[in-house]
Amino acid sequence: MTPSNRPLSPHLLNYRYPLLVLMSGTHRATGVVLSIGTLLLTYWIAAAAYGPESFDRASRLLGSPIGYLVLFGFSFSLFYHLANGVRHLLWDIGWGFELPVARKSGAVMVAVTLACTVVTWIAALSH
Amino acid sequence: MSMRSPLGRARGLGSAKDGVSHFIWQRLTAIALVPLSFWFVYSVVSLAGQDYGHFRAWLGQPGNLTMMVLVIFAVFHHGQLGMQVVIEDYVHDEKTMFTSLIVMKFAAVLMAVFSVVAVLRIALVGG
Repeated sequence: MTPSNRPLSPHLLNYRYPLLVLMSGTHRATGVVLSIGTLLLTYWIAAAAYGPESFDRASRLLGSPIGYLVLFGFSFSLFYHLANGVRHLLWDIGWGFELPVARKSGAVMVAVTLACTVVTWIAALSH
Repeated sequence: MSMRSPLGRARGLGSAKDGVSHFIWQRLTAIALVPLSFWFVYSVVSLAGQDYGHFRAWLGQPGNLTMMVLVIFAVFHHGQLGMQVVIEDYVHDEKTMFTSLIVMKFAAVLMAVFSVVAVLRIALVGG
């Protein structure tokens, strides 16, 4: 059979996802992470409501290495969902649907996410 | 005269007519959460490492308490709307889907009410 130049159907296992596909999936994934993260928010508020001892215990737990890891994941998810959410709101008013613009705004929002996450952690760890 | 077929009517399927409300509340809470999220992250960063007394005094300020209640309302409302869509998309068995939806919505209301009660207690009740 002679080889042809016709495009092959992509297979899920070797398909390189375009940025926009990955970003859309990540938006939903971070939304789910943040929803589960509300348990953490409720725990923190509850610990404070039950008095100084439980508040100190929660502070120690959140200040432990595992606590930091969870908080880091939470902060990254929050900033990503926030930045990409603004992009969704811009789409809602009809801005930026063209593919090149959508790619560019996607890259900008990833940069904004990383910048906000880094600045937050520098501020949190430097005092 | 209805244009629907007798079978379509008997099945009772079709729009529940509350999609617009879902859409609008998701966007309203999203817009609100833009400034609220930045306020929340800024607050948590400045509270990091502080003791219970400081946290209490901070939450005792009417402005901070108001913002905290708004954060709780917006976060849980936005979160449960998003999780509803995720469950509806990925849970295909009808019984499991409705059960998951009910459990998720009850959990969101429970955590939201508990969180509001907790912050009000911390801020308003002397202890």
